[in-house]
Amino acid sequence: MKTPRFLLPAATAGILALTLSACGGGGGGGTTGGGGGGGGDASANLDGRGPITYVQGKDNSNVVRPLVDKWNAAHPNEKVTFKEQTDQADQQHDDLVQHFQAKQPDYDVVDVDVVWTAEFAAKGWLQPLKDKMAIDTSAMLKPTVDSATYKGTLYAAPQTSDGGILYYRKDLVPTPPKTWDEMMSMCSIAKQNNIGCYAGQFSKYEGLTVNASEAINSAGGSVLDKDGKPSLNTPQAKAGLENLAKAYADGNIPKEAITYKEEDSRQAFQSGKLLFLRNWPYAFNLITTEGSSAVKDKTGLAALPGKDGPGASSLGGHNLATSVYSKNKATALDFMKFMTSPETEKFYATQGSLAPVLGSLYDDQELVAKLPYLPVLKTSIENAVPRPVTPFYPAVTKAIQDNAYSAIKGEKPVETALSDMQKSIESASAGS
Amino acid sequence: MATELGPTPVKAPASGGTPVHHAPKGVGEDNRIASQGRWASWLLAPTIIALGIVIVYPIISAIVMSFQKDAGLDPATGLFTAGGPAGIQNYVNWLAQQCSAPAGGTVACPPGTLGGQFWSATATTFFFTVVTVALETVLGFWMAVIMAREFRGRSLVRAAVLVPWAIPTAVTAKLWFFIFAFEGIANKLFNASILWTGSEWPAKWAVVIADVWKTTPFMALLILAGLQMIPAEVYEAAKVDGTTAWQRFRLITLPLVKPALMVAILFRTLDALRMFDLPYILTGGANNTTTLSILVINQIRQGFNAAAALSTITFIIIFLVAFIFVRFLGANVVEQSGATGKGKK
Amino acid sequence: MTTATADASALRARQDRGRKAAQNREKWAQGRTYLSAAIVLLWCLAPAYWMVVTAFREVGFTYDTSILPTHVTLDNFKTAFDTSFGNHFGQALLNSVFIGGVVTLVSLLIGVFAAYALARLNFKGKFLVLGFILGASMFPGVALITPLFQLFTNIGWMGTYQALIIPNISFVLPLTVYTMTSFFREMPWELEESARVDGCTQGQAFRKVIMPLAAPAIFTTAILAFISSWNEFLIASQLSSDATQPVTVAIANFAGAQPNQIPYTAIMAAGTIVTIPLVILVLVFQRKIVAGLTAGAVK
Repeated sequence: MKTPRFLLPAATAGILALTLSACGGGGGGGTTGGGGGGGGDASANLDGRGPITYVQGKDNSNVVRPLVDKWNAAHPNEKVTFKEQTDQADQQHDDLVQHFQAKQPDYDVVDVDVVWTAEFAAKGWLQPLKDKMAIDTSAMLKPTVDSATYKGTLYAAPQTSDGGILYYRKDLVPTPPKTWDEMMSMCSIAKQNNIGCYAGQFSKYEGLTVNASEAINSAGGSVLDKDGKPSLNTPQAKAGLENLAKAYADGNIPKEAITYKEEDSRQAFQSGKLLFLRNWPYAFNLITTEGSSAVKDKTGLAALPGKDGPGASSLGGHNLATSVYSKNKATALDFMKFMTSPETEKFYATQGSLAPVLGSLYDDQELVAKLPYLPVLKTSIENAVPRPVTPFYPAVTKAIQDNAYSAIKGEKPVETALSDMQKSIESASAGS
Repeated sequence: MATELGPTPVKAPASGGTPVHHAPKGVGEDNRIASQGRWASWLLAPTIIALGIVIVYPIISAIVMSFQKDAGLDPATGLFTAGGPAGIQNYVNWLAQQCSAPAGGTVACPPGTLGGQFWSATATTFFFTVVTVALETVLGFWMAVIMAREFRGRSLVRAAVLVPWAIPTAVTAKLWFFIFAFEGIANKLFNASILWTGSEWPAKWAVVIADVWKTTPFMALLILAGLQMIPAEVYEAAKVDGTTAWQRFRLITLPLVKPALMVAILFRTLDALRMFDLPYILTGGANNTTTLSILVINQIRQGFNAAAALSTITFIIIFLVAFIFVRFLGANVVEQSGATGKGKK
Repeated sequence: MTTATADASALRARQDRGRKAAQNREKWAQGRTYLSAAIVLLWCLAPAYWMVVTAFREVGFTYDTSILPTHVTLDNFKTAFDTSFGNHFGQALLNSVFIGGVVTLVSLLIGVFAAYALARLNFKGKFLVLGFILGASMFPGVALITPLFQLFTNIGWMGTYQALIIPNISFVLPLTVYTMTSFFREMPWELEESARVDGCTQGQAFRKVIMPLAAPAIFTTAILAFISSWNEFLIASQLSSDATQPVTVAIANFAGAQPNQIPYTAIMAAGTIVTIPLVILVLVFQRKIVAGLTAGAVK
């Protein structure tokens, strides 16, 4: 009676907590991908046919629904349900992770960003597209296929692509520069007109990884070598990053560009404050049609400038993959083939302004009329280098962002930045 | 005034006819305490169980997780395999800023990894805490003194003071992000072109300013409540004795407000140590504005066992600070809450 | 004129001058007070005012710096509710209300009993329990997130309402208990005693006498709890999905039509919509809220 009786409920809670934590803790011990290469899951249900679910982020241009309706009309027994995710890349990623980690079979075909493919493949969640599940990628632009390949195996079907292009003021610069040095020499024109010379996206986010990788790749260097190991301590990589750092120090890249994301840089160019802009093709439509644009008829397009010729753009875009836990993989495969067929690709391009992965479509007159940047974009993608294909993408992109940011701002010399980047990526790839 | 045995009844004394302060502990009293104890158990049980589930369970779970290794990549297959037990390796890695080396073992974390940010995040967190709490206390005191005075429109001021507190922190952060944009009003007003979110010290001060704006009114209210407890006669008497305003402040106000002030400072400090919303939305943690909470969130996606270790380290730090406050700086939170009946007089 | 009268009038003159000087000093002091009060008002309201002005400003003039409203439009409010860019602000408002409501209700129901016990009853270990409850409110949200993230992913609770409600209880419940304990300390418990003397059981005395008296305190605590839950961002940002995100996450992630675009005017409009009801609530119940906030700190 002297002992307060509330100790009993408290003790119960404590014991309950410990028991639950033992259960929860064990399960949460690691994101095991079924260690044995998902062997069991990968070979299951290869002939399964039936209704499937297609998962994609927000369908802003309304391309998916008409296609799904078309498929459903032709395949009444293998209907596709379209599950639309959020617009935010991080949340799309987490949503997929949750379903895969719980081994749920409700997601059959998923749309994955190019930078997630390796991560999901390494966790054993994606069906390898070989043998029975093979897809013909010979007509697709090679860099897009590279972005869907991990350790020599194709894990996803490239569906849409994107590459960086150079926007320039054709009223001030009649012929676009072919090399970086040429572009920098044109900065005197910018100074004469009291505007900034060049900007890309240099805020500390994914866009910086894109821009920094482009700078390094365009100068002949590479972030990862063909074995997936970092190779940043090369004179070419140094030259590439040095280009950005020097331009920032000289004022050729305006100092506010260090806070720029896609829209900020577009606004700057659109208000006439930049001579050259690196951005994705989506901006073209806005720059040339928006009411407030000061450069509507003064904008030209070119491939990114490189060392001796076209530069190496980073690859954007999306791939389609099949979940290893799907029950109807044969249907999934057919649906993926349908979604990457020439007709569908053309529809994506005309309806949604989404760049195709099939090389032939870039020469299609009808498409070029609708999307004038297609020829430039083709050059861009043909010369593109995917961002690092690694299962540790979040850590690798952070390593690149942090060090490129410091290097551009002049907080540390380019050589040190690259060496730190190299060590960070090595550390990240060694597992946590 | 409450006694050890519960509130002294004013009209009907507990036993006998005399109001007592310390009634003799006989068997009757023992039974009363016992029955109160039984009552108390039942009344407190739901709260304790609920807190056990929503706090104790996750904390213990996190500690268990922190002794596991994150999944590693099997170089042969290129697939992830579960990490095994890690002992205290995760903690050592954070505190010593060690990262995995390609050849096995660990190496000092290079810049660009999360592991290399532990001490700078700790320093940043403490910087924010010390600066914001100091500013908020001083400015809050000033506001409280003003609100304690009599003037027309005083209730308007008191109402206005609640507005910053009522706005959700996420909205505040977006608002100040807008104010501190390169073409935003902050730069225009001061005719400057500072890249507020683009370099280290402007970014840090941006976070400080936004936090001070939001929280000073809250501190002011707490201090005001303390000020209002001081009887006016004390000041009158001191005035008659010929003291200056500053002496009155130092010798009367400060000592009498101290208990309430210490509790307010304690709560604010613990809040500031957990700071997340403002720097996350205002700067994204860039330019050395990453706090410990932001570091944990960034780590979750790269390896949640290491994240669990870091979050455990974080809350140990917070507890240490709380302990120091309560033990050595006299922030008597429990007493102040009035539950034990030992008020301040 | 005798010297006495001369002295007397000189004295009066000095006294008059002294009074006038004192009155002047008073006026200066009052003036300084009003000036300081004006500064405080400006400090508190200026940024909020700027948010509202921008909310009513046309998008093309986002960075316009005129203090008075110019280019007034209601478009931003329409944009705030527009779902075509992936924003779900309307849904987020409902979510915040729902989550806040449930959390407040649960915390009040559980907490009121604990508060009564802590304020009224005496038992061994009271100190310990109070310390435990206060200690519980000191845990950083991140410490809860890491295991919950894993747990909820494994049991498929990510993005559900319960995933947001349960962690919110962790900080709202201690707040409720703490606030109500302080209020209960202030209540005239003699009335309960008299009711018992008059023949009610403890339970009846509680229901008929105490509860009506406690109602205002509980109401105030409910407001504080609701606001506290409404403000929460960290946990919601990690565990919610599009369908269940509260307004704090919705505003933080507010997207524009283009990738990585920040539609400032629409965000300010959304912020205004979120803030106005809170401000009204706070102003109307100002006295009670201040009493509740300061209850814990001062006794």
